[in-house]
Amino acid sequence: MTDAITFLLSPAAFVGRTALTVIAELGGFCIFLVQGLWRIVVPAPPLRKIVQQVYFIGVKSIFVIVLIGLFTGMVLGLQGYYTLVKFGSEGLLGAAVALSIIRELGPVLTAIMITGRAGSSMAAEIGIMRISEQIDALWTMGINPMRFLIAPKLAASLICFPLLTAIFDVVGICGGYLTGVALLGINPGVYFDRIDAAVEMGDVTGGFVKSLLFALLVAAISCYEGYFTHARRDGFGAKGVSLATTAAVVFSCVAILVADYVLTSFLL
Amino acid sequence: MKKYSMETTVGIFVLAGLMCVAYLTVKLGKLDVLGGDRYPVTARFKDVTGLKSGAYVEMAGVRIGRVAGINLDTKANMALVTLEIDKGVRLTDDSIASIKTSGLIGDKFVKISPGGSDDVLGPGGLIVETEPSVDLGDLIGKYVFGGVK
Repeated sequence: MTDAITFLLSPAAFVGRTALTVIAELGGFCIFLVQGLWRIVVPAPPLRKIVQQVYFIGVKSIFVIVLIGLFTGMVLGLQGYYTLVKFGSEGLLGAAVALSIIRELGPVLTAIMITGRAGSSMAAEIGIMRISEQIDALWTMGINPMRFLIAPKLAASLICFPLLTAIFDVVGICGGYLTGVALLGINPGVYFDRIDAAVEMGDVTGGFVKSLLFALLVAAISCYEGYFTHARRDGFGAKGVSLATTAAVVFSCVAILVADYVLTSFLL
Repeated sequence: MKKYSMETTVGIFVLAGLMCVAYLTVKLGKLDVLGGDRYPVTARFKDVTGLKSGAYVEMAGVRIGRVAGINLDTKANMALVTLEIDKGVRLTDDSIASIKTSGLIGDKFVKISPGGSDDVLGPGGLIVETEPSVDLGDLIGKYVFGGVK
């Protein structure tokens, strides 16, 4: 009798178990994030470490960001032109390109590109340090890995994301100029004048608020997945590292897009 | 040598990023860094439909400032528009401010027609004579439904 009831209730047990796991993960992540942020301030990690991470996350991403920004701006210029020309208002192209890049595409695409380039390698690096017990060795030597490993990555992300977003925005607007003005023959003065008239301070700050939030999400999720590689249930050792890297990229991208929607609805 | 080059590239990266931030905020976001090169003037309109904060202020087709803020004058139930005018431009107290549309369906802007008085409007002055915005839909409605006399 009791066996039958247990069997009937097993779907409920499954739902409960899943819910508990998800909530525990979220709670662990929040604690991890707060600890990491706290370690940026007290005691501040060595400046050398932060500069190294800025070099890795920021400087090495410039090429790909410029490339992506240029082509995003160019395709926006092309698509926007053929939509606007139907209404005879192709002069608005500059405003359309600049607003969509500054408000939306700049922060989001920059964050997704850095996730692929730097987030994955953060997760893999920390994950391998975890499974080869280097993190335990740090503890043994009295070095707090949160301060030594995680905090510099968080701080460097908070520096790099807005700067790379700004570079993306400017390059993207130039890309729109290339197609709109050089290729399709819009008046260059009109292009920049419309940008000038349409972009408000609120758009620019909104874009930077987004990129700061994405920086926190991407760095924290990637580090979290790597740091707790050993606690994964679905894989162990090398497989755990590969799963952690995949999870870091997938969760970061999902978090970026979800947070983007939520933040946009608050900012508008 | 390697250490030195890494710090240099990081420095160049940060500088390049900050330059882009400066372009976005100062040039496009109209952040007033220097400040003080404009003075505020208010104008009370009956209707400012379609006018947005940041729109241009023009005189004789030349840009002389921008709209800083739009509020409702709760006593008179009229729109109170704050204009920021370039320092070099002198407005007389009988200037006429009117809301115009660039093109047929373009953005609204404020046009100031100079007056003939000798009294110059100082910072914080009020432009009394205004013309409200013309709503194209209203005009068509009047024409269609026979409001035109």
